[in-house]
This record gives sequence, structure tokens and C-alpha cells, in this order.
Amino acid sequence: MAQRTALYAAHLESGAKMVDFHGWDMPLHYGSQIEEHHAVRRDVGMFDVSHMTIVDVTGPEAKAYLRRLLANDVAKLKEPGKALYSAMLNEQGGVIDDLIVYHFTDESYRVVVNSATRDRDMAWLEQQTAEFDVQVTERTEFGMIALQGPNASTIVAQLLEAAQYETVKGMKPFYGVQLGDLFVATTGYTGEAGYEIIVPVARVEAVWNTLKQAGVQPCGLGARDTLRLEAGMNLYGQDMDESVSPLAANMAWSVAFEPAERQFIGRDVLEQQRADGTDKLIGLVMTEKGVLRGGQRVVVEGGEGVITSGTFSPTLGVSVAMARVPQPVGDTAQVEIRKKMITVKVVKPSFVRNGKAVVEL
Amino acid sequence: MSHVPAELKYASTHEWIRDEGDGVYSVGITEHAQELLGDMVFVELPEVGATYAAGDDCAVAESVKAASDIYAPVGGEIVGVNEELEDSPELVNSDPYGDGWLFKIKLDDDSDLANLLDAEAYTASIEED
Repeated sequence: MAQRTALYAAHLESGAKMVDFHGWDMPLHYGSQIEEHHAVRRDVGMFDVSHMTIVDVTGPEAKAYLRRLLANDVAKLKEPGKALYSAMLNEQGGVIDDLIVYHFTDESYRVVVNSATRDRDMAWLEQQTAEFDVQVTERTEFGMIALQGPNASTIVAQLLEAAQYETVKGMKPFYGVQLGDLFVATTGYTGEAGYEIIVPVARVEAVWNTLKQAGVQPCGLGARDTLRLEAGMNLYGQDMDESVSPLAANMAWSVAFEPAERQFIGRDVLEQQRADGTDKLIGLVMTEKGVLRGGQRVVVEGGEGVITSGTFSPTLGVSVAMARVPQPVGDTAQVEIRKKMITVKVVKPSFVRNGKAVVEL
Repeated sequence: MSHVPAELKYASTHEWIRDEGDGVYSVGITEHAQELLGDMVFVELPEVGATYAAGDDCAVAESVKAASDIYAPVGGEIVGVNEELEDSPELVNSDPYGDGWLFKIKLDDDSDLANLLDAEAYTASIEED
């Protein structure tokens, strides 16, 4: 039987259509995924992300361990609570997972990884501890709610005391802070301002209900996917996996090649790839009727590639996609849709930010 | 449980047809079908005047989830399409048996009707899924 989060009953109560998501029974939508999408772009929505895996990394060599484990460099994190996005690579430079790591001290970090890759991630995290004085502890006693949208910052006050709210209000993106029994981080997966809030399991439902009574729209995996795709954020397993280099997944910005002496796992392979060149993850926009879908064939100047994620963009009213293709690329691409070749526009893989289009249609 | 109006006939591929008189039948997809597909984003309709045999694919419903072929439940000539769907494909979700109709077809051969399911048989078929 599929695992359930502490919010399972709350989802059913809100009329969720539940689906299996990598072994978890999760809400797909609560009626209309497009309305949920618009709620996040225009107002505020919330997602149950309790299925995600929270891991605390502690010990005298926590920093050295993460500097070896991650393609991004945790030495960049100077302030308590500052977070960064990183790939975790295998020895061949393929992406085991993408994650967010929060820095508390040089001996204490929190890592949030995907649920679909939990077993693989935990085994890898454990395996790499061998040479380091470090403990890796999964925190299953927490649930997590993502509160996202332009009005998230006013709604979050409902969960906090006045002094706590002052702290959160002034927080820049990509910080996390422990406030009482809530861990509140200015992170998300939608391209909007908002928070990811880690809550003890016993309180998750109360927090959810408080937000619901404050008028926050519950949102399912369907809206989560269209929001993250519009924002140009990768989905593990679709846009990259262990066979894909971060350099071919629009993640080069998160790979810290400097300082040159830091030997992170996969570094040698990535340096070679950087010299040789790799495929490229591009954005596609189709203004004709129809919907770009994952798996469709794409032809560019450099040859043939494939759409990794495609959808109808509710914000733009047209279809958008991410595709991995050989270089050079050019300004347009041909996509095979239902046995017809359609010309689409090539853009950077980012379509909507903070409620606004960042591509020209 | 999905609503399956008793007065309509159904194809096992989840289309419904309604007798509009003079051999003309309106066609749409069932509430069950729209639930499976999720929010509709485009509907590609057939051209008026085109002819199809029963079972031919003649339209495409594109939802947030997938592109799905729609089959002519009976053979005949297309005599009308629902132009409202151009701007409001969500009518297929909100009113699948009413304002969300797709096209009207002029029946060629009455015997095609015998191959369709009544509401009871269609309900049974979707309960098996």
C-alpha cells in the first residue's frame, strides 16, 4: 500500500483526486489544476510536500563531507540559515538528485532531497560518510507545507507570533530559520515568492487547516508541475537523472568549479565535458494550437533531441517545454507532434517569474 | 460515481450521442472521460462537411494531462461543431453533456446505433476499469 502523509485525511476532505506518486498517495488536484495554478500566480496556494526527504548532516566534518558530496560548494554559505541549490553527482558525473542544503553552522546542515529518489539518496549519503566524522539523520518526524504566491508573505503571519513574523518578513530568498517548532524557509518550486515550512507531524494538519481557513487554495501535483515548468525548474527523473550531466540539464550555474582544488564527486568527468561540450537544455514556446509533451522528438541545427518536460502554460496560454538537444541550436526548432513537424521558438528555459511572462510570445 | 444520463447512448471509447431529430446526433465526451483527462486546454474539432465511418478518429481533446483521440460513435457527415470550445475548452469539463458538446453528425446508417451502449451498459463498462 502507498504511503500517506499526515495530511491524507485533509486532502480527501478538500475533495482531492489522489494518485500514486513514487509510492506516496498524493493529491493530483482538488477539482481544477488550472485554477490552482492561477491561485499561486495571482494570490496564494499551498502544497503538501511532506513526502520529501529531510536529512540533517551534523558532526565536526559536516562541511568537508558536503564539499566532497555536492557539485555546488557549501563553503559559499557564511550566514546561519543561508541555503543553496546543488546537484549530487555519481562518479560518472550523472545527477543522483538535486537538492537544497541549509547551513546552520559548519558542523550542522539540513538537506532536503526528492521523495522519488529517497532510497538511492540515503544509501549514497551513508556510503560517502565513510571517510568523514559526520552523522546523517533522516527526519521522518516532520511534515512539510509549501506556501507559495504573491500573498504568501501576509498569510504566513497567521502561523507566527509578531516577533517571529518580523524575522520572516525581512528574510531574503533562500534562507531558512527555526521559529519555535516551525522551520520557515524562503524557498519554493513555483517561481513565486513564498515559504517551505517544516512542521512536526503532530501539528501539520493544524497548520494546514489554519492556512485553509485563511483562504489559501490547496494545490496538487498537477499545478506543482505546471508552475515549476513555467519557472524553468527541473524535475528529477524527467529533465535529468543519473545518466545526465548537470551541464546538459541547465544546472551549470550550480556547479562550483572554483576553487579548483575542491575535489567534489564527478568533478573530473564534468571538467572533461566542459572542454568537449555537451547537449543543452533549452526552452521551447509553441504559439500554435496543441501541447508540447515529454518524449516528443525535437530537431535543431545540431541534430535531434527530445522534449524532457512539456505542458500547456496556464499563465501564458500557450504550450511550453524543456528539451535536451545537441548544439548548435538556433532560434527555432522543429517538434514532431502527432506525425506533423511544427516550428517552435527556442528560448532560455524560463517562462514565467513572479506572475509575469519572461519570454516574448 | 460519474453521472451517466439515461437518455443518451454511449461508445465504449467514452463518447456520448444525443438524438437531435432528422438523423442528426450531437456528440461529446462523458463526464467520466473528462475526469480522466483533467482540465481541457484545446479541442481540435473536425471540419463541417467531412465524413467519417464509425470508429474513425475525428477530433482531439488536449488536456493538461494528455492528447486524446475522439472517435466518431457513428458514421456520417459532420454538420456542425461547437465553436464555443475555441475560447472555452473548459466547457467540456464543466458541462460535458450540455455546453461542452463537440460536434453534430448526420447519421449514414441506422445500424451503427445498434453497436452503442445504453447508460446501464456504459456505467458497467467504466466500473470495470
